[in-house]
Amino acid sequence: MTRHRSPAALVGAATESAFEITFDGRTLSALPGQSVAAALWSAGVLAWRTTRVGGRPRGAFCGIGQCYDCLATINGRPNRRACLVPARPGDAITTQEGEGHAGLAV
Amino acid sequence: MPDSPSEEARAVPRDGAETVPPHERAVPRGGAETVPPGDTHAVTYDLAVIGAGSAGLAGAVVADRLGLRVALLDSSGEVGGQFYRHPAPALGAVRPEALHHDWDAFAGLRRELADSGVVHLAGHHVWTLARDGELWAVHAVTGADGDGERPVCVRARTVLFATGAGERQLPFPHWTLPGVVGAGGAQAMLKSGLALPGRRIVVAGSGPLLPAVAASLAAAGARVPAVVEASGYLRYARSPAALAANPRKLAEAATYGAALLRHRIPLRTRSAVTEVHGRDRVEGVTVCRLDRDWRPLPATAGRIDCDALAVGHGLVPQIELATGIGCATRRTDDGAYALVVDAFQETSVRGLWAAGETGGVGGAQLARVEGELAGIAAAARVRGQETHLRGSRARALRRRRARMRAFATAMARAHAPGRDWTEWLDDATDVCRCEEVTAGAVREAVRDYGARDARTVKLLTRAGMGWCQGRMCGAAVTCLASRAGTESAGEAPPPAPERRPLAAPVSLAALAALRPDGLPAEDEPHPE
Repeated sequence: MTRHRSPAALVGAATESAFEITFDGRTLSALPGQSVAAALWSAGVLAWRTTRVGGRPRGAFCGIGQCYDCLATINGRPNRRACLVPARPGDAITTQEGEGHAGLAV
Repeated sequence: MPDSPSEEARAVPRDGAETVPPHERAVPRGGAETVPPGDTHAVTYDLAVIGAGSAGLAGAVVADRLGLRVALLDSSGEVGGQFYRHPAPALGAVRPEALHHDWDAFAGLRRELADSGVVHLAGHHVWTLARDGELWAVHAVTGADGDGERPVCVRARTVLFATGAGERQLPFPHWTLPGVVGAGGAQAMLKSGLALPGRRIVVAGSGPLLPAVAASLAAAGARVPAVVEASGYLRYARSPAALAANPRKLAEAATYGAALLRHRIPLRTRSAVTEVHGRDRVEGVTVCRLDRDWRPLPATAGRIDCDALAVGHGLVPQIELATGIGCATRRTDDGAYALVVDAFQETSVRGLWAAGETGGVGGAQLARVEGELAGIAAAARVRGQETHLRGSRARALRRRRARMRAFATAMARAHAPGRDWTEWLDDATDVCRCEEVTAGAVREAVRDYGARDARTVKLLTRAGMGWCQGRMCGAAVTCLASRAGTESAGEAPPPAPERRPLAAPVSLAALAALRPDGLPAEDEPHPE
């Protein structure tokens, strides 16, 4: 079944001002005012973290900043809550492995 | 009559205030003082309102109207709380109301805020409250996710807790798979971020939120193959007086019922999602019928294909700031804890008020009524005009509150988690998502090491010790621990409310920036 409805169409959002971000090097489109998590969901990406113990994939769960499952590395900084941080043009989002500090180890 | 489909598409003229960024919007328009950002600690407010949802907005604007100097702190960049979450102005949405019920009430409050002298402090995550002589010190970290450079301390004579609620989650096998999201979370991500977690989304759990979430997801273009509700709606019939007194709630239910029909969404009551399928993301769910205690009946299991699951088992008051300072709590009819408040919404600690979900989950309309009542009461206290409490407005608000509280109680009883939901939880399932603690480990702590409450389980297993501080697993761990208690040692005492000394994560740098008197170090206090 073809469906033309979308959340943006429903509320009449201005989609012409979309900009680009990257997720693990891949270019995605985001809308101004969208959180990083919302931009990733809109691109069909549901997981951007692996857990510390089991290495399992996780993404946004509670959607309101309470569960910390959506932690992402944004522009090199780990442990940002993707559901709260607004996406900005040129943001580089990378999958956070474990506690996110592996790259800082000496 | 229920909403017609055309109502969703109806364009309304844009509110002129929407084009103004939130931090400028809150600046008084009447030429009253403006507070430069970062200088908030130099001002002593009459009332600090924590939370800018329905309760907080209503309390802030009425207190301002009654002459108080009011600060309104909220973690989000936009006012509205969770219920009225809406796209940031940059998204340019001309019909934000298409995803909302009762948007006009919010639009009215937002206009009143814009015309008031209330100082709206957006992006302020309050992490604790402390006594400061005769005043209260409200400590916050700033920024979208609270990682801003400078801590902030707002001092006020009185405080209104309007911190709302979080979602109650009960785990089930593979609930940690990407694509399983909170029902409220899916709603929030849609309302503010215009994003969906999938194209074919099952909505499950319990509570009045589920039909509303399903209707929103479907209106936004998702297919919803089923709404799966663990309770039966007939339970409401046990509270006929509360139903009869709240015709508006029934009309609301009819609206969502009609939306489910319109989108051809089947509603399956007394059923639950007992397992999720998929390797790295959701591919389907198993739905089982439940008995009256929520024990799954395996012979009734069937699979529904989907690429996402939005799940939640009602709401839980978010009260850690208040309990941290010693406010008394009561057990609600669905087993959560809420703040005890008096006839005018004051908590057991003088000078601290609470409104909305913090006093027991009851919805946005009730929150507005309680917020206004609390604002009137705080103003009466600060200005020494207790006569306001006997005015006709306060009386009318108290009557409406009583009526809506009765409905909230009926709702809590109808959707209270059944005793035997833990039967669908296998030992391999992670109960604590942060620390990856399985149900088996929690059961071992209970069975072999004698844990009888969530706190002891936490000390033994780390369940609840991670990033979210037990916000996601607390309800489940409490059930697993106390359930075992009743089986082995008769009636177990009710678990204590959870305590979280820090209501939001605070960096060591932010703590180090506080002087011993609690003010941020880089700012010298201004002489009064």
